[in-house]
Amino acid sequence: MRRRSQWILWAASLAVYAFLYVPLAVVVIFSFNDSMLNAEWVGFTLAWYEKLLGDGEMLRAAGNSVAIALLSSSVATVLGAMAGIAMHRYRMPWLPLLVLTPVAMPEILLGVSLLLFFRQVLDLTLGFFSILVAHITFSIGFVAVIVRARLAGMDEGVFEAARDLGATPWMTFRRVTLPLILPALVAGFLMSFTLSIDDFVITFFVAGVGVTTLPLQIYSMIKVAVTPEVNAVSTLLMALTLTMVLVATRLAPDVMRRGR
Amino acid sequence: MDERREARESGSGGWTRWAVAGPPTVFLLAFFLVPAFIVVAASFREPGEFGGLVPLAAGWRAAFSMEAYRFLSGDLVYAQIFASSFAVAFATTLICVVLAYPLAWLIARSPRRRRDLLVLLVILPFASNFLVRIYAWIMLLGPANLLYTPFAVIAGMVYVHLPFMVLPLYTNLEKHDPALLEAAQDLGANAWTRFWRVTFPLSLPGIYSGSALVFIPVLGMFAVPELLGGTGDILIGNLIKEQFLDNRDWPLGSALSIGLTIAVLACAGIAAAGARRGLQGTEAVS
Repeated sequence: MRRRSQWILWAASLAVYAFLYVPLAVVVIFSFNDSMLNAEWVGFTLAWYEKLLGDGEMLRAAGNSVAIALLSSSVATVLGAMAGIAMHRYRMPWLPLLVLTPVAMPEILLGVSLLLFFRQVLDLTLGFFSILVAHITFSIGFVAVIVRARLAGMDEGVFEAARDLGATPWMTFRRVTLPLILPALVAGFLMSFTLSIDDFVITFFVAGVGVTTLPLQIYSMIKVAVTPEVNAVSTLLMALTLTMVLVATRLAPDVMRRGR
Repeated sequence: MDERREARESGSGGWTRWAVAGPPTVFLLAFFLVPAFIVVAASFREPGEFGGLVPLAAGWRAAFSMEAYRFLSGDLVYAQIFASSFAVAFATTLICVVLAYPLAWLIARSPRRRRDLLVLLVILPFASNFLVRIYAWIMLLGPANLLYTPFAVIAGMVYVHLPFMVLPLYTNLEKHDPALLEAAQDLGANAWTRFWRVTFPLSLPGIYSGSALVFIPVLGMFAVPELLGGTGDILIGNLIKEQFLDNRDWPLGSALSIGLTIAVLACAGIAAAGARRGLQGTEAVS
């Protein structure tokens, strides 16, 4: 009886894992398929990857994505770390609400509110800057949560000891807090980098016409037709974010286990 | 807990506090809270002739109106689309619970070392781009002639949100005391009864928090119906996107966004209450 229920549990779980992985595997496999149609396997080729390298629009979009991701995750790491430390250390009940609501609400709401704000209030031309600001806004909360979790797992004694030994708040931060939260900062940076390079919904609203990112480029391609070039760019993007997530998981295992 | 926090706080003066909390607070006030209020304000404005809003300089009468709300309540189509968004969100959540349960249970009952790997395997597909995951379903469903149907929309929604259900459910199941199941077994309960009378009720808080993480984003999703659904599968998200980017009726889009916000807050409130009630139940049992 026990054996059988165990067996059913494994079978059901394997089916769900297959549900998670088969679709992505199909995307990867067909990126190497020597056929215009994504219908049946013809033969192995790297032609779609070569085509990508020659696609100026795609390369420009990739460049934009990387630049925005680097800048936005740098700023978000600094601001998010400050928010995380403040949430851990000070009694400011409104702060978690302000920091975490942008993470919890549907992305479309953040997207349209920023669109309205940039166009109607600031009268700004949408583009690089508006995308950058939007990405920082949704990344801060993730970094803050990671940093706070790291601080919560630490012995308060080390900070008290630093104070008792006469360290100023700045010295305590520089010599004690910062080295201790460094893994969380790196994990937070990688997390926001991944979120930024992956973001479609919010970017879609604040990008305007001038600047394209990789997800926007993919969107306009798959709206039109299914081509193996999309499979190729998807596969590369998957490899990149996979590496990031694996590194982040290594650095902050307790945080990642709890999910987003 | 509060005492410890006071101890932490006592060492730093008021200015350090604000030096640390100030910059992120100012940033989020400017780029999150203020824009959120602007959506509220915009919903009471008149749409401009070429998109945007009628300028305030045109005077109070010309710039402000309840027109967007009157329009929304005047046409049954909007109520229908809200209803079908809820229906899709509900179906997605339900399917996610069914699919996530065996997985979460298996992970929770695995030996520690294997547990981390199994959790990682749930998170990994999630690391691929959101559009790539939708694209995978375009590839799969296209040849089967299932693309642009309600089925495709639900399949895509479930696929994109499943990890959000697995993780909280697993976190909950992991905490269950195996002694409870043993006790039930000693009292003669079979596997079926043990599940429905012990494990399932205890896992309700996990189901509630997972449901909030699935239901809420599904309610506002526009990309899945846009890419996988047919013309009849429009949800609130598509309606909002249409008003902001295609029709350029920003007041109507804002009013719809507020409708969505209210729906989201209501769902979050229900989930929080459910999780709390569930927790009380747990205490009563243990």
